[in-house]
Amino acid sequence: MFDHDVLVIGAGLAGMRAALSAADNGADVAVVTKVHPVRSHSNAAQGGINAALTDQGDDWRDHAYDTIKGSDYLGDQDAIEIMCREAGREVIAMEHMGVIFNRDDSGHLGTRAFGGQLRERTFFVADFTGQALLHVLYEQVLAAGVRVYEEWFVLSLIVDDGECSGAVVMEVRSGEIHVIRAKAVIMAAGGLGRVFEPSTNALICTGDGMALAYRAGAPLMDMEMVQYHPTTLKGSGVLITEGARGEGAHLLNSEGERFMERYAPNMMELASRDVVSRSEQTEINEGRGIDGCVMLDCRHLGDQVIREKLTQILDIASDFANVDIFKEPIPVQPGMHYQMGGIKANVDGETSLSGLYAAGETACVSVHGGNRLGANSLLDTLVFGRRSGEHASEMAKGRSHRPVNDAAADGDRDFIQRLLNNGDGDMFGKLRHDMGGTMDQHLAVYRDQQGMESALADIRGIKERFTSVSVQDKGKTFNTNLIFTLELGFMLDCAETIAVSGLERKESRGAHTRTDMPDRNDEEWLKHILVKHTPDGPEIEYSPVVITEWQPEVRAY
Amino acid sequence: MEVKLSVKRLNPDTDRPVAFYQEYQFELDESATVLDGLIKVREEIDGTLALRCSCRSAICGSCAMRINGRAALACKTKIVDATPANGAPILVEPAGNAEVIKDLVVDFQPFWDKVRAVKPWLQPEGPEPEREYVVSNESMLHLAGVMSCIMCGACVSDCTVLEVDENFLGPAALAKAYRFAADPRDDADASRLGALNEYGGMWDCTRCMQCVEVCPKDVDPMSRIMALRDKAMEAGYTKTYGARHAEAFAGSVKRTGRIDELRLPIWTFGIFNIKELLKLVPVGIRAQLAGKRPPLFHKKNPGQSNIRRIFERFDKKR
Repeated sequence: MFDHDVLVIGAGLAGMRAALSAADNGADVAVVTKVHPVRSHSNAAQGGINAALTDQGDDWRDHAYDTIKGSDYLGDQDAIEIMCREAGREVIAMEHMGVIFNRDDSGHLGTRAFGGQLRERTFFVADFTGQALLHVLYEQVLAAGVRVYEEWFVLSLIVDDGECSGAVVMEVRSGEIHVIRAKAVIMAAGGLGRVFEPSTNALICTGDGMALAYRAGAPLMDMEMVQYHPTTLKGSGVLITEGARGEGAHLLNSEGERFMERYAPNMMELASRDVVSRSEQTEINEGRGIDGCVMLDCRHLGDQVIREKLTQILDIASDFANVDIFKEPIPVQPGMHYQMGGIKANVDGETSLSGLYAAGETACVSVHGGNRLGANSLLDTLVFGRRSGEHASEMAKGRSHRPVNDAAADGDRDFIQRLLNNGDGDMFGKLRHDMGGTMDQHLAVYRDQQGMESALADIRGIKERFTSVSVQDKGKTFNTNLIFTLELGFMLDCAETIAVSGLERKESRGAHTRTDMPDRNDEEWLKHILVKHTPDGPEIEYSPVVITEWQPEVRAY
Repeated sequence: MEVKLSVKRLNPDTDRPVAFYQEYQFELDESATVLDGLIKVREEIDGTLALRCSCRSAICGSCAMRINGRAALACKTKIVDATPANGAPILVEPAGNAEVIKDLVVDFQPFWDKVRAVKPWLQPEGPEPEREYVVSNESMLHLAGVMSCIMCGACVSDCTVLEVDENFLGPAALAKAYRFAADPRDDADASRLGALNEYGGMWDCTRCMQCVEVCPKDVDPMSRIMALRDKAMEAGYTKTYGARHAEAFAGSVKRTGRIDELRLPIWTFGIFNIKELLKLVPVGIRAQLAGKRPPLFHKKNPGQSNIRRIFERFDKKR
């Protein structure tokens, strides 16, 4: 058994930022992560991080307005205000830690344009901003001497007398199961992309954090809001940064037309992601696509822009689609990318479960509402990661460890033994594939009642099959077969909450677009949908949207 | 497309673990990568196969392994490109210079320990500016070339120095060190370069180019190590064996147009450095027995004056 004041689960941007601020505040903090920190999926963020810097003539209120409009008014405006006000400070702090942001001619931080925003405020490192931030935070974690349990997999949260008091964790290398006690737990385990197939997300994005918190009693919020990114590579679903459009790339249909003219005449390719993805899907559905795709054209951007600012895209297009972006357009399609919803948390990271905090994609503060703006996710991880770390460490000062012992792991030990004893059921791969397929078919860009009902029925059927899932590898050492099977269990819980929430929201808002209910309905549905875990299945609750200054308007780009 | 993989496996959970090769054969799309193949194996054919992988797009650095004997990212290697012309299976083995934990999973702890050893964090001096540090975009773009390192360890896997001396910090850690030494915001050059002068540091690279060849992100670690050497010598670290070796090497070529291998160690270590020179005696004896002792006196190089002119011109340019 191990004891720490603050236990952070996940070592992406949110987790490491939380760990650093908790350590700064004097807490004994540890991070547990199922992969080495620099393998985390924050790596994959390409385009940049938004901040309104006043010395560049920007105003955080403008950033807040763009974010609120982007969220289709489902974002909580008090939280968005905090995020946008603290953005500049966070970007500067990262620069001081060593992030090599691109500069302008005067040597100050340079910006690029990004979707859904009326001015350029996206700071970037070529097209690997996430990697650049992630590696620097890891450097800082090393410098601060924070304890990191690398390649340890969290099996469950420990709740004692209504307080989250630690986690049951499996050391992947040895297969040993341990109890880690903590006075506060910060969940920062990232997104759930693999619930869908295909997805831009890494294979590790399996919704562990959301499912762990949900099972422990913390409700999930806005789960129906799943972002489909407008430019994912045909077939593999690999991400092509919005930065490409930010630098001026065009979207073309099969007739060579810049079709965004018809959908968003002002913002064109840089409208909000939900708007662009819907437009593309409409073009494809109406027969103006090419083989299920539209084309992203970078040819006119010129040598220097591509080589300095879109280096990774140059390689990705060539490695994964055999396309030379100097000479040909890239075939792209909308693809599952981000979960706006997550564990309901307030602006200090507190969830509904005492002692449990959440930050980053796994959390829902909610700053993204119905649709996240590009380059706001990195900002979200840093601002609310830091705030969670500060508050969790402060709270831990007044708390002592709960009387939890190694027996807290018994349930997980039994469950794993049962899994290993299972006979000839399906392997996790087959079940994950079936789940991903039905989610991508029925909970994608366009949805309707019938489709979502059939997805929910499918998910429940797969859950049933999961009880007899077969784990071929019976060994102790680095049993990835077992890990993937456990992850599938998490994903199935997440999938169910997405379908249930989608069915509940009887309107179209942000990423949740129903062909059978195409209009936004502020009167009845300007509210968050929460899903709570009960022994009888998911239970729905509501929570009001916080509106400060910006009243809902018609959303046009 | 028919795919054949021959995967080197090791199951540590048996009484006496022995590595063996297992062949898998299946159908996949033309565009598939080696990683797609391995994922298909573990999801559909053989759940016991262990490997690390995550992003599938060459950014997380998890899936470096040896493919047909060379380190590469499985996610960046297309099956059509890797399949040998004679139709033999693609050989998939764990990364080199590391202990195998299971199948394609190797122990990365020594790798991270070496990264940590170079103190890889920015160390500016003086008070922080209120806003960002003002530096040129060129300097940041230059660092971006190094920062695009994803720490996959392909360079370490195939490093020929690490094969014989596990104390070597290795290309990844040294490239990381360069990233700070070359950062205009960092003020710890003196202590960084001093530490990297030690045994196992920048002078132990033999410039074999393997790291340059296998790096999937074009980080060019070897050039970064060479740039560290330049920086160290510019900073006045000219008395280290490495620096003296470089000077002696260049001096020998400049004077005679040849490398005088017999006298090189004397110039490097100093004639009175009996301890270091004695260490070389066994090497000398082995070379003598193998008939590979360098000649006591070299013949004059006919192009010697031209070589000298190259040096003179280069010095002027500097």
